[in-house]
Amino acid sequence: MSLLNYISMMRFEALALGVVIMLLLVKVFSEKMNASVVLGFVNLSLVALLGISFVGHPHGTAFGGMFRIDSTLMLEKQIITLALLLISLQANSWLKKHSSYLEFYVLILSVIIGMYFMISSGNFLMFYLGLEMATIPLASLAAFDFDRIKSAEGAGKMILSSAFSSAILLFGLSILYGTTGSLDFNRVAENFSLTSHLELLALAFLLAGFAFKISVVPFHLWTADTYEGSPIAVTSFLSVVSKGAALFIFMTALYQVFGAAHEKWMNALVLLSALTMTIGNLFAMRQSNIKRFLAFSSISQAGYLLIGVITGSSLGMASVFYFMIIYIFSNIGAFTVVSVVSENTGKENIDDYKGLYKTNPMLSLALMVFLFSLAGIPPTAGFFGKLFLMTSGASAGLIALLIIASLNMVISLYYYLRIVKAMFVDKNESPLEDFAKDNYSKFVLIFCVIVILTLGFCNYIFGYLQSLSFGL
Amino acid sequence: MNLSLLILIPFLTVLAILLVKDGKMARVIALAGSFAQLAAALFMLFSYMKLHDGSRLAFEESHVWFAQWNINYHIGVDAISIAMVLLTSVVLVAGVLVSWNIEKSTTSDPSSGGQPKEFFILLLLLATGAFGFFISVDLFTQFFFFELAVIPKYLLIAIWGSGKKEYAAMKLVLMLMGGSAMVLIGILGFYHFSVAAGTPTFDLLALSKLSLTHNQQMFLFPLLFAGFGVLSAMFPFHTWAPDGHSSAPTAASMFLAGISMKLGGYGCLRVAVYLLPDAAREYSPYIIILACIGILYGAFVTLKQRDIKMMNAYSSVSHCGFVILGIAMFTKTAMVGAVLQMVSHGVMTALFFAVIGMIYERSHTRMGDEMGGLMKVMPFLGSVFIIAGLTSLGLPGFSGFVAEMTVFVGSFQNADLFHRVATIIATASIVVTAVYILRAVGIALWGPIKKIEFEKLPDAAWNEKLAAGILVVAIVILGTMPFWLSDMIYKTTETLFGMAVK
Repeated sequence: MSLLNYISMMRFEALALGVVIMLLLVKVFSEKMNASVVLGFVNLSLVALLGISFVGHPHGTAFGGMFRIDSTLMLEKQIITLALLLISLQANSWLKKHSSYLEFYVLILSVIIGMYFMISSGNFLMFYLGLEMATIPLASLAAFDFDRIKSAEGAGKMILSSAFSSAILLFGLSILYGTTGSLDFNRVAENFSLTSHLELLALAFLLAGFAFKISVVPFHLWTADTYEGSPIAVTSFLSVVSKGAALFIFMTALYQVFGAAHEKWMNALVLLSALTMTIGNLFAMRQSNIKRFLAFSSISQAGYLLIGVITGSSLGMASVFYFMIIYIFSNIGAFTVVSVVSENTGKENIDDYKGLYKTNPMLSLALMVFLFSLAGIPPTAGFFGKLFLMTSGASAGLIALLIIASLNMVISLYYYLRIVKAMFVDKNESPLEDFAKDNYSKFVLIFCVIVILTLGFCNYIFGYLQSLSFGL
Repeated sequence: MNLSLLILIPFLTVLAILLVKDGKMARVIALAGSFAQLAAALFMLFSYMKLHDGSRLAFEESHVWFAQWNINYHIGVDAISIAMVLLTSVVLVAGVLVSWNIEKSTTSDPSSGGQPKEFFILLLLLATGAFGFFISVDLFTQFFFFELAVIPKYLLIAIWGSGKKEYAAMKLVLMLMGGSAMVLIGILGFYHFSVAAGTPTFDLLALSKLSLTHNQQMFLFPLLFAGFGVLSAMFPFHTWAPDGHSSAPTAASMFLAGISMKLGGYGCLRVAVYLLPDAAREYSPYIIILACIGILYGAFVTLKQRDIKMMNAYSSVSHCGFVILGIAMFTKTAMVGAVLQMVSHGVMTALFFAVIGMIYERSHTRMGDEMGGLMKVMPFLGSVFIIAGLTSLGLPGFSGFVAEMTVFVGSFQNADLFHRVATIIATASIVVTAVYILRAVGIALWGPIKKIEFEKLPDAAWNEKLAAGILVVAIVILGTMPFWLSDMIYKTTETLFGMAVK
């Protein structure tokens, strides 16, 4: 295979790495540079990254099966790249004021490279390398608000719990290697026997390790503090990109490696999914800080995503992709509003949003659309996302789980409406005054609102996702 | 007739209102849109009557929405949905007219009100959901519109309402969403069974041909019936209704009682009973008991109310009990009666809430015993109040009599003791109704004028007269010549339920 071929297969990794190296060179050789130029350059290269990903259909493996790529994996990478682009635009005004904006991009691009490798891995060793590469720079990003002690606290919690979960994963992997004699996905799948208790133990450890990364209850405890402490851009990244990438590889591993054990992991995941939705919801109800609130709401959203994973059908997988895309737009949109408000006024409590509609009508309407999409209210895309996940669950006959899920939809509506009520109904003597929004945030907000309001009526998108999905 | 128009007109009106800045312009557009909708509904009625006698689904339209799940945008109408669409468009026009001066409205506390643009957008969004719900034949599409019709209510009540509006709005929306969660489980259950049968579908017509085992039917029916029952304030899920109705602004009360509660009744009939007739028959004694409790309980609680808006809210619980009762009685006549009662109660209660709102706007009180002699100062509103009251107690000549009579006759066709006793109990509630209606009329309208400031109160303005006029005309048409409608509905019931129903 020619070098060009390899580069074509690893185009995401190669280009992102190129940008990282260039940023480092700029840092070393240029004394004083214009922040807007650098930020514009990175954003443009992310757009380019998305653009070139649609050229051709790379397919194949490299490094002796360690790395593989096909259309589905390309789709997964496209989804997280799109999310990163939106976050990067959203963070523009914050980064311009930040002294270390260049390092921010070096770190976050390293994280995304790690995720690319993780998604493309064909071997648990490669997967683990990618995972660590995605985790460690992320923890330092969580501490990027240098003068806030909570930021450091969040980063500390994150690195400790990540290390813990990695240890659990590694332990599972070592057992797996001991029993199947390989770490290659295909070989493990061939040699995996349902009768061996040791292998089931390995599966259980792997599940727990993944559950940490996707912040599934009861492995979610690090989420709230880290989300609250981190800068908003990092919080959005954690709640959307990290979760998405981990979920994608989780799904691939379950379907392609542990497909034979569907019965076993299905029952475990049904329980985890029900717990995640319910506990996430119950905690979200009591939050007064909007970032913590969104953290818990994103925990419960992960519970719905698991429904699609559990089904093991290609429609279930397509629903997971579909929901993930919608969730990216809804959640990043919501975080953009939070970021705009916090950037201009420094306020982050739900009470501060009282009467926002009087002073900032457009911002409030946008946040309402995002919250309704998260709650699954038509005509927003969130309605379709949730219904498709639940319909895939119905095809698989998960009626008990669906009952819990629909009850949770009612509970979640209560707390999403709380914020809508604060903005539109509650009276406030001194609401936040009208402030200027930067153009990048405006663009993200408008884009997200348009996508959320129209996605459900563009049925070919779901068709496209379904054509790239596979079942057990 | 292109049925999609019925969804497009209100939706385009919403978009048009979004584009204008001025509140005055917004209400003009809203009124134009709702009149266009009424015209479209009437056109649909006449073209349906020209071609069909009610025995079949007409003007069907089906487009693939999501092929992967077999979700189709499938719409069509028969006599029952036509009746509902007509009701909705009449109430819509009246609702917009009543809210003409929402900008400086005093029906709510002084702090709320204003924002006419947002108000009309929400009102029309709610209507879009209701129209879509009544004409869709695909369960997914139907559920989409169903939920679309729920959320605007929260904002309508919480922003423009009065009293303990935030509590009432939250209670209402959570209870209705609880109902819709039950419906959702029912729909997904249907999908699951259709997958098991090899033909995954959400289509009502296809699902009606699906053969389900006894246990499957018995599992699905309570979910669907109770889920829709929450919306039609079926006992014991009625508690949202009094709070919601009495806190809502006038137009929203009219919509809630006139349209939303009908979503429930229509869903019970069109989805639950139509798809699961056997289970419906088995559950019917329990439903009848609940309906009778609801009818009597609603009537007796109404007796205790001083607040006339609260009074009408509780009487709605009682009146909607007749809808549930008619459906559960399982004779064609009773079912026709149930549909007629939905239409009749819709226009009657909309008229009642409208006139109560108008009186409150002038007298600034809703307590019946603080009013008095209002007939002398506002004869038009007083007469309309009396017409609404007489319709409510079922005076011949008005729609209430036709509908309730049909339900009772249909119910009495069941020859056994249980059904007869239930019918008699339900009929007895009419006496109670007469007591509270006549008392309210007597206290509020007759007698001496209680406060001096009442003497200077103006009578109805043009928009109020027009709104009340439209509703009164609808009531009288239904009350004096119901057969063009009831015959069509009878044919539709025959097609829908055929053998299953006596």
